[in-house]
Amino acid sequence: MRRETVLNAVLALGLLAVPLAAQAMGEPFIVTLATKVAILALAGVGLNIALGLGGMVSLGHAAFFGIGGYAMAVLAAPVQAYEPLMTWPFELAGTKSMPVIWVAAMVAGALGALAIGALSLRTSGVYFIMITLAFGQMLYYFAISWPAYGGEDGISVYVRNGFPGLNTLDPIQFFALAYGVLMAALMVSWMLARSGFGLALAGARQNPVRSAALGIRPYSVKLTAFVISGAITALAGALFADLNRFVSPSMLSWQTSGEIMVFVILGGVARLFGPVAGAALFILLEHWLGGFSEYWKLFLGLALLGIVLFARGGLIGTLAGREVAHD
Amino acid sequence: MTEPVLEVRDLHRAFGALKATDGVSLTLRRSEIHALIGPNGAGKSTLIGLIAGNLKPDAGQVVLNGRDVTQADVAARARAGLARSFQVSAVAGELTVLQNVVLAVQGARGQSFRFFRPALANAGLRAAAETHIARTGLSDRLAVPAGDLAHGERRRLELAMALALAPRAFVLDEPMAGMGPDGAREMTALLDDLRHEAPILLVEHDMDAVFALADRVSVLVSGRILASGTVAEIRADPEVQRAYLGEERLE
Repeated sequence: MRRETVLNAVLALGLLAVPLAAQAMGEPFIVTLATKVAILALAGVGLNIALGLGGMVSLGHAAFFGIGGYAMAVLAAPVQAYEPLMTWPFELAGTKSMPVIWVAAMVAGALGALAIGALSLRTSGVYFIMITLAFGQMLYYFAISWPAYGGEDGISVYVRNGFPGLNTLDPIQFFALAYGVLMAALMVSWMLARSGFGLALAGARQNPVRSAALGIRPYSVKLTAFVISGAITALAGALFADLNRFVSPSMLSWQTSGEIMVFVILGGVARLFGPVAGAALFILLEHWLGGFSEYWKLFLGLALLGIVLFARGGLIGTLAGREVAHD
Repeated sequence: MTEPVLEVRDLHRAFGALKATDGVSLTLRRSEIHALIGPNGAGKSTLIGLIAGNLKPDAGQVVLNGRDVTQADVAARARAGLARSFQVSAVAGELTVLQNVVLAVQGARGQSFRFFRPALANAGLRAAAETHIARTGLSDRLAVPAGDLAHGERRRLELAMALALAPRAFVLDEPMAGMGPDGAREMTALLDDLRHEAPILLVEHDMDAVFALADRVSVLVSGRILASGTVAEIRADPEVQRAYLGEERLE
């Protein structure tokens, strides 16, 4: 078996084993930390499809993360206020059902990515980075000035949304949900990379001019990947909002975009489990270094610098070696 | 005479004051190799860009198989059967030889939007790709990343990718560039064979290859066709001698 496959299995099982052990030892806080890792990793899996597979350096993925969060609030907040979601042109009630919220979040994220991607992909390189950042900031300031959903203060959803057959307020059960969604997204990402579409995306990333001469439109291929990427990151946003039972504009801030990108780079760009490794390391550093020093982000910065300078493939690349062409 | 496969009608393209293509017309007929030669800066690259669709002409038409493709983009022309190779080898360097050619096959078939089926597990795609790879003599290099290939191999991979488009016409931009004498000889034999697949518009600096292969030669100077004819006619043309072949010996 390839080393990377072994490493992926270790990561997948480790992320499952830690909260189970914590549960057995009566440490619900650790379970919640692991849930956070799974959800942030999911956001990274989304970004990795754009950044790793498609070579699109988006510094605006917080937009989709936030869209997912606000989709949850928009649907769930009216229920706790005993109000309909809207009355015109037809009456529609809110919902506390996670599956419905997830679908709504993904659709909203996909539409957001379609609009932002369609414009941003007309540029490339540093302009692409700046324009995605600008779109992210636009949504951020929109959320700040949106009084219906708390403006700058955000909005709380007091009771976690429900999932058929599960008690989502129980940390380990909510973890199981987040973990299941993460594994499903990893499966989609894996299949996508090996599919005909993944090959076309790799071609569009490495040599767009040549790809066009082969009958492939790089713009369409990249935009499609960007939309899938946005939808997955929005799903992570909906789960993150449910984890905190709170949504605020900070989900949309450019720091959030930066953090999602840090997960991917720490773990290894374009590596399947890169975002999982990256998010896990990030949360570990935040937790341990954060208890040790207020300036833990300084150490995170140093770690990131070290990885970019000396370990190009991130954690996965360092431990598993150069990526081999899959057959 | 049958209708030409590829026809360029009175193409014009200017960059500011520079008329890079100034009323060029030429045809490519079935099974022929039509060489396009000219000194540096004659406008060969612009003409190729106009034919392939990377550039839009100010005036004139490009007709492929009787269909006006002047407004079609690069990808649409490729799917219509216009196979182009590049002056500087253009392949996806991180992908293997097999992946590059499978990419070309699925591009030509319009099958690039299949999200779940692994591309290399698709027997139809793979068999087609392997046939083209065998044709260009790269069968023992299937799993090698294209970036690791030697120069001559990369040029042959380009041809395999062009073949994968099931082309109606080839437009080859200096396929011999940078090749040693042995490589050039092999490439000449390969091109001679390919003309039966589809006619070739060959832009080439290697005069030995041009004179060995071409049925017709057109000489492009300052964006205009200075002369067009058989190899013998072009060799004998005094104007061509003066404008282009002047210093070169033509034995």
